[in-house]
Amino acid sequence: MPGPTSSTFGPWSRRLILVVFVLAFITLWQTGRGALPWAFEYPKGAELPLARWIGQFTKWLLNEATFGLFTFSQLTRFISSVIDLPYRVVLSLLSTGFLSGRGSAAIQLTPSLSYLTVIGLVALIGHHAGGRRLALLSAACLAFVAVFGQWSSAMVTLASIVVAVPLGVAGGGLLGILAYRHRWVERLIGPILDLMQTIPVFAYLVPILFLFGFGPTAAVLATIIFAMPPMTRVTLLALRRVPGELTDLGQIIGCTRAQMTWRVLVPTAKDGLMVGVNQVIMLSLNMVIIAAMIGAGGLGFDVLAALRRLDIGAGLESGLAIVALAIMLDRLSQAFAEKTGAAPAGPGWTGRHPYLLAGLALIVVAGFGGLVVPALQTYPAGAVLTTGTFWSRVVEWINVNYFDDIEAVKNALLLGVLVPFKRLLLDLPWLGVVAALGLLGWRLGGLRLALLAGGLSFLIAALGLWEKAMITVYLCGISTVVAMLIGMPIGIIAAERRGLWRWVQVVIDTLQTLPSFVYLMPAVMLFRVGDFTAMIAVVAFAVAPAIRYTALGLQGVDPNLIEAGRSMGCTPWQLLTRIKLRLALPEMMLGLNQTIMFALSMLVITALVGTRDLGQEVYIALTKADTGKGLAAGLCVAFIAIIADRLIGAAAARARVRLGLAEAVS
Amino acid sequence: MTLSPPKLVCSNVWKLFGARASEKFAAMGHAPSLEQIRANGLVSAVRNVNIEVRTGEIFVIMGLSGSGKSTLVRCLSRLIEPTAGEILFNGENLLAASNAQMVEIRRHKMSMVFQHFALLPHQSVLENVAFPLDVQGMGRTEREARAREMIALVGLEGREESFPRQLSGGQQQRVGIARSLATQPELWFLDEPFSALDPLIRREMQDEFMRLQSALKKTIVFITHDFDESIRLADRIAIMKDGEVVQCGTAEEIVLNPASDYVREFARAVPKAKVVRVSTLMAAPGGRETQGDIASDKTIAEAAPRFRQGATALRVIGDGGRPVGHLLRDDVVALMLGD
Repeated sequence: MPGPTSSTFGPWSRRLILVVFVLAFITLWQTGRGALPWAFEYPKGAELPLARWIGQFTKWLLNEATFGLFTFSQLTRFISSVIDLPYRVVLSLLSTGFLSGRGSAAIQLTPSLSYLTVIGLVALIGHHAGGRRLALLSAACLAFVAVFGQWSSAMVTLASIVVAVPLGVAGGGLLGILAYRHRWVERLIGPILDLMQTIPVFAYLVPILFLFGFGPTAAVLATIIFAMPPMTRVTLLALRRVPGELTDLGQIIGCTRAQMTWRVLVPTAKDGLMVGVNQVIMLSLNMVIIAAMIGAGGLGFDVLAALRRLDIGAGLESGLAIVALAIMLDRLSQAFAEKTGAAPAGPGWTGRHPYLLAGLALIVVAGFGGLVVPALQTYPAGAVLTTGTFWSRVVEWINVNYFDDIEAVKNALLLGVLVPFKRLLLDLPWLGVVAALGLLGWRLGGLRLALLAGGLSFLIAALGLWEKAMITVYLCGISTVVAMLIGMPIGIIAAERRGLWRWVQVVIDTLQTLPSFVYLMPAVMLFRVGDFTAMIAVVAFAVAPAIRYTALGLQGVDPNLIEAGRSMGCTPWQLLTRIKLRLALPEMMLGLNQTIMFALSMLVITALVGTRDLGQEVYIALTKADTGKGLAAGLCVAFIAIIADRLIGAAAARARVRLGLAEAVS
Repeated sequence: MTLSPPKLVCSNVWKLFGARASEKFAAMGHAPSLEQIRANGLVSAVRNVNIEVRTGEIFVIMGLSGSGKSTLVRCLSRLIEPTAGEILFNGENLLAASNAQMVEIRRHKMSMVFQHFALLPHQSVLENVAFPLDVQGMGRTEREARAREMIALVGLEGREESFPRQLSGGQQQRVGIARSLATQPELWFLDEPFSALDPLIRREMQDEFMRLQSALKKTIVFITHDFDESIRLADRIAIMKDGEVVQCGTAEEIVLNPASDYVREFARAVPKAKVVRVSTLMAAPGGRETQGDIASDKTIAEAAPRFRQGATALRVIGDGGRPVGHLLRDDVVALMLGD
């Protein structure tokens, strides 16, 4: 990467350029509205009709595209059936039982696994992976789901995950192996992966809805596509980390390419790969919930329906069930990742497969038991606890007693901060902002970054989405600032105290495993719909990286330097501000970066509570299955994310060089 | 001493790293200087190396880090494709071998021991040692029997079911050695096998290695950065610097006649008595009374204790069992105390 162009411009001329630019910007902003109206409102005639092009392209794909032997729609139908078959089987197993016939005329051949069987199986898996504590925890999570009457929805959700995760892991893993083997594959998929991880999730749903229709199959497909990229990345990284000696070993003993991959590389990289599997599981869960919008059913649908009719109690219970599932899946997959070596095997087949045997026994015994005693098959409806009315009453009580206080805080913030900031951003000329971003890119990372930042922001204007994008920037910006203001002090306090840090870690780890949908519930309960609610939900979701990176940055400061500071007689405050915070700056900037990424991804989901930004555009496109509009708006969100990511990344790299933590790249 | 036939001959081998290295190499006239290589944006790792490894000898390649020794050994085994040059293995051009032929050669004729052991963490000792045989498609009973034999050979009986992480560094390298011997290779590469071990363990492993070699008589290419180790183990040593072999010869030749200041720096720290052989120091026979016999291929350090009981000269017995000269106490004392 070319460094800052210090050779061509001295410090004075650079400062001069900056002053001239600021003056020009202010002049344009204050006086240009009359003289240069097109610098404020991008001319309609010059807009890129990207949405229409995409729309026409997808129509062509669906109706006319053909690969010679088969048409595109035949291909999509084939993909659907590949996913549909295993999904039906798992769903039958977990939820509906195996049926013969269709609709209401269907006859149940065998019942599904009873709730006791599923809980028992999960406990066995937990015991196998992590001992008695994990067995108890995972069983407790599922029992919670059963007791609160969320069982059938949870099983639908679980079925989608059981199907999506292996396919996502296999697909992502194979892609990662290909990228490891061939540089050109890596170069090809690198930018695609970047884009896929920054495009908001809703935007995925639109083309899938259009191509695959509404229903669980499309939802599972969306889940797989969404959860795959991290697996590919992790696979590539893990394979790269296999020591060169081991690949040399593979060659010198004459491994074929397949032997090298499957006998040397993959087993050696297993620990790293399991981290990827954990990510796929968590992302799948997150996505399955969101995919309720295109027919996934299950818990996601329950939350969505509750949100739509503002039934806080019901939504909260489904939300908690999601949390229980998330915790269970996360802990189980982590335990498998940490498990090392083979357990000592007993004699014979039964000795070698004690868990398999126990599982089979459980299925048979509980299966017959369920036929005799219905309460063993389905959790008795009479024993279901519901806290729905309780929560509704709590909310009611808060709203009755504290309505005025909450409203006062909300209105003060809205009128004092949110609205003025929004006005300011909307008032800025797009031309000036594009130029400013370009200049910033040039200062931080040279010409390439300048072109990237300026070019992408220009595209947003050219797509006619400038105003919506500014609202996204405003909400994201405010939320990021608030999240940093809350997260940094917590990080600073926790970094110093080991005991406290452990607790904080548990809390933020848990916060990060929760699907983003869940954050909406309490925010809506207290603040109803609107920008303020969106901000609260985004802050709650995005505060975790702010805390984490601050603490990690401070903890990573070279202890020798701290000791040196102490020996010079620094007060603790001086130690913090003059040494630690300065040296932790690059890490904290990465935290800022992550906070922005988290905020953006959550912001799109807050479209459900009535924002008017790009997320809303995507959401509307989703309800109308308008692929072009959805993708265009989705791309704009991705552009914002990429601009922020690259600019902050360049700034962090510069800071690192300035602090002597890294060599300057020439 | 009659010379055994060469097992591995490497002539004019070059390895340059960088974009379009072979094109640029040809453009530079196949014999570029260091400056030319740098000016072309390439990094040189191995430059014009010519060595000959004879059957049954321990050939040590010694060099500091960055001298190109690891790259060279990877060129010799074709783990890395040399930029130019010729490598003959048993008289056949290794660089012309097809992929399938290379797989065959590697499976049966060569093997390697690695600095950091390169054991597969998810496999037991037994599985690790049997792994090369497994890759060849050998049946379970046969390969496990062979692996057990090898494990016994390196003195690890009873640890077959352990996992690498449960073993000490020295034990792990014993597993690495057992694995590399499992295929019964003709040519044995050892890439700094003992460098990652503690000094005491290193010494123990060197002894173990010599014991194995005296029984197995493999042809060995041994890489090290430790000059003392190379003196201790080598039949012949090649010293590398900046990708070139600066001197190649027996320990004695190198210590007595260093080819450059660079080699002299290494040689200076070595007590001459440990490398100089009786045959080199001996005087012409006759005219003296001798108080015993000594073999001509012993080192002076080995011969010296014989003078402790007042002997002034020993009769030197050559290869054929015939006396070839006299070793004088004064010469020995002068060498051990002297320059």
